[in-house]
Amino acid sequence: MVVETKRVETERPTQAEPASRRSIGARLLCQALEREGVDLIFGYPGGAVIPLYDVLPEFNIHHVLVRHEQGAAHAADGYARATGRPGVCLATSGPGATNLVTGIATAMLDSVPVVAITGQVPQGVIGSDAFQEIDITGITLPITKHNFIIRRVEDIGPTIQKAFYLATTGRPGPVLVDVPKDVLLAEGELAPAEPVQLLGYRPTIVPHRRQIRRAAEVLRAAERPLILAGHGILISGATEELVRFAERTQIPVGLTLLGIGGFPGSHPLCLGMVGMHGFAHANRAIHEADVIVGIGMRFDDRVTGRVSEFAPNAQIIHIDIDPAEIGKNVETAVPVVGDAREALLALLEEMEPQRHDEWLETIASWRKRSSGRSRGVPGALAPQYVVERLHALTEGKAIVTTDVGQHQMWTAQYYTCDVPNQWITSGGLGTMGYGVPSALGVALGRPDAEVWAVVGDGGVQMTMFEFGTIVQEGAKVNIAIVNNGYLGMVRQWQELFHNRNYSETPISSPDYMLIAQAYGIPGRRVTRPEEVDDAIRWARSVDGPTLLEFQVNQEENVYPMIPSGGSIREMIEEA
Amino acid sequence: MVAVRRHTLVVLVEDRPGVMNRVMSLFRQRGFNVDSIAVGHSEQPGLSRMTLVVQGDDRTIEQVTKQLYKLLEVIKVTDVTGENLIQRELALVKVAATERTRGDIMRLVSEVYRARIVDAAPDTLVIEVTGPSEKIDSLITLVRPYGIKEIARTGCVALERGSGAVAVRAEDAVA
Repeated sequence: MVVETKRVETERPTQAEPASRRSIGARLLCQALEREGVDLIFGYPGGAVIPLYDVLPEFNIHHVLVRHEQGAAHAADGYARATGRPGVCLATSGPGATNLVTGIATAMLDSVPVVAITGQVPQGVIGSDAFQEIDITGITLPITKHNFIIRRVEDIGPTIQKAFYLATTGRPGPVLVDVPKDVLLAEGELAPAEPVQLLGYRPTIVPHRRQIRRAAEVLRAAERPLILAGHGILISGATEELVRFAERTQIPVGLTLLGIGGFPGSHPLCLGMVGMHGFAHANRAIHEADVIVGIGMRFDDRVTGRVSEFAPNAQIIHIDIDPAEIGKNVETAVPVVGDAREALLALLEEMEPQRHDEWLETIASWRKRSSGRSRGVPGALAPQYVVERLHALTEGKAIVTTDVGQHQMWTAQYYTCDVPNQWITSGGLGTMGYGVPSALGVALGRPDAEVWAVVGDGGVQMTMFEFGTIVQEGAKVNIAIVNNGYLGMVRQWQELFHNRNYSETPISSPDYMLIAQAYGIPGRRVTRPEEVDDAIRWARSVDGPTLLEFQVNQEENVYPMIPSGGSIREMIEEA
Repeated sequence: MVAVRRHTLVVLVEDRPGVMNRVMSLFRQRGFNVDSIAVGHSEQPGLSRMTLVVQGDDRTIEQVTKQLYKLLEVIKVTDVTGENLIQRELALVKVAATERTRGDIMRLVSEVYRARIVDAAPDTLVIEVTGPSEKIDSLITLVRPYGIKEIARTGCVALERGSGAVAVRAEDAVA
């Protein structure tokens, strides 16, 4: 009998053996992640998560060792935005967890599905200020869609399931799961996957038909209607429906910073970006419109400027999946709660073809009068020119990530995007240092795509240690540093509103060619316009990551600009 | 000018650790003003009932409600402000009392406020009073000249008159 039992055991691999489903929490956690389809994690080991790292190699999950946990959160975020699938990051307790915070907040403000897993000290010492103990669920309360601490090993399965469900449904967002070390070490079984039931969470997907009819009525009567499309178009995959709707109703489309790519930038009805550094004609259209349909956007202050003077002639129809966004910043005539795609499908059923020839001609005449965006000083190397050439040479098909500041706005203005998820930027939180680590996540999530991180000399110095991760992963990321020797956007504000008091905005850079060399990344420096094309062509031809440094005009400004809290009447079009 | 007034919100929440923290964190983060908060079990097992008295105009209250609904543990939010409301708060007030003033205080408290004296010491009395918050405010004002040593208030709880109930109905539950 003994012999028989032994033989049976050797014939069956341990993992398929039902009786061996009992395992330690660390393994159950990995199984739960695999069950959610996770095959990539950005993380960094540490004391509290050693048990997890101990078993991780047993699974079909590729772990990317970042150089700082902030990079893990941004990479997971970039991965999520580029693929539409949730990104996963992992950190140990204490400093590992707090290093994630900026990345989690970035994902929160931009509604990105990120699942962050943090180690925690054993439950027996929680509350005792143990080594590397921090209350990360407390810290992340306002910057997560929801967070959990797992108290019992049997809760691992259901909690991970809930975390992914919450991160990806409704208005997406980051979810943090804190796992004490004793839970990782405790033996248990993975509860079978069951439909997630949450009494207090029922996002409205299909909008109310009556509200759709009201919206259609208002739109039918409109003479100068305008659509403002935001990130929600990308999240719900509503681009095709938006194009159909805009074409049928002949309503022009303005894009928020995060809406870029949600409607083809080169479409004749596309007005491009609106808001503080939006195109002049797009902002004029807001000012003159009699009906504005905001879809999957939140009338953020960078879009509205002074709310009391925003769209003074317009009735607002606001479509958003998050009811709390409706009526928060602007008065809404017709609120529509629901998924952007569902709402557009419903509106398509209600709306017959329309024409707005006069309105479209008026906008076209504004467009003819000015290009709507400033081109920079002729002769010298203008940052706008760099982005324009990047757009031309990559045929507008690359996925572009950015940091935050002037280069971000120039890229938004000059890198016209025609398809969804090719424009990856921190809009809501405005996180400098986002560009490089997010590009890593993009490159690993979309190995088919050409990836460019367009970054400033300020932002890149915040996270350039992730060059090491890019090299270790062999990720084909092209890094374009737009170096103007200043924290340029703050300098611009100082120039325009603070009497050129350039307080703490001049910033030195290391020799980026030496930095590149140290990391083993081929690099080139560009100082003259005639070198731009060649450098970009060269970077594209290199197998593996590259670094280009563009030494651009130091005091170039981003125009147009509507000063913070201002209105279109204060718009500065050109220096 | 938009009218700022007091609203009484009944919030049914899942009875789990950290829920109070989430609710209060939300109010702090978004700068909503809370006058009082009272929490206890509801008639349904697993659900706690929070009564919040919040100041704001209608738009603020709408935001408060919508933001509360975004919290996973919040099941139902009802603005019960109105004529039809029974509001009660309990307060314990320790007031200085000498032989000379004790009689006055006791008479005032029992005749006007129908409150009770629940402890008497040589130099203090403890008054227990129940009623709408305004009644408690008014009692406190009246006994203040005698010298208040300590006040403990529960915060307001509220129920609507008649057969209506703030409860989670079957259709509120996830199908």
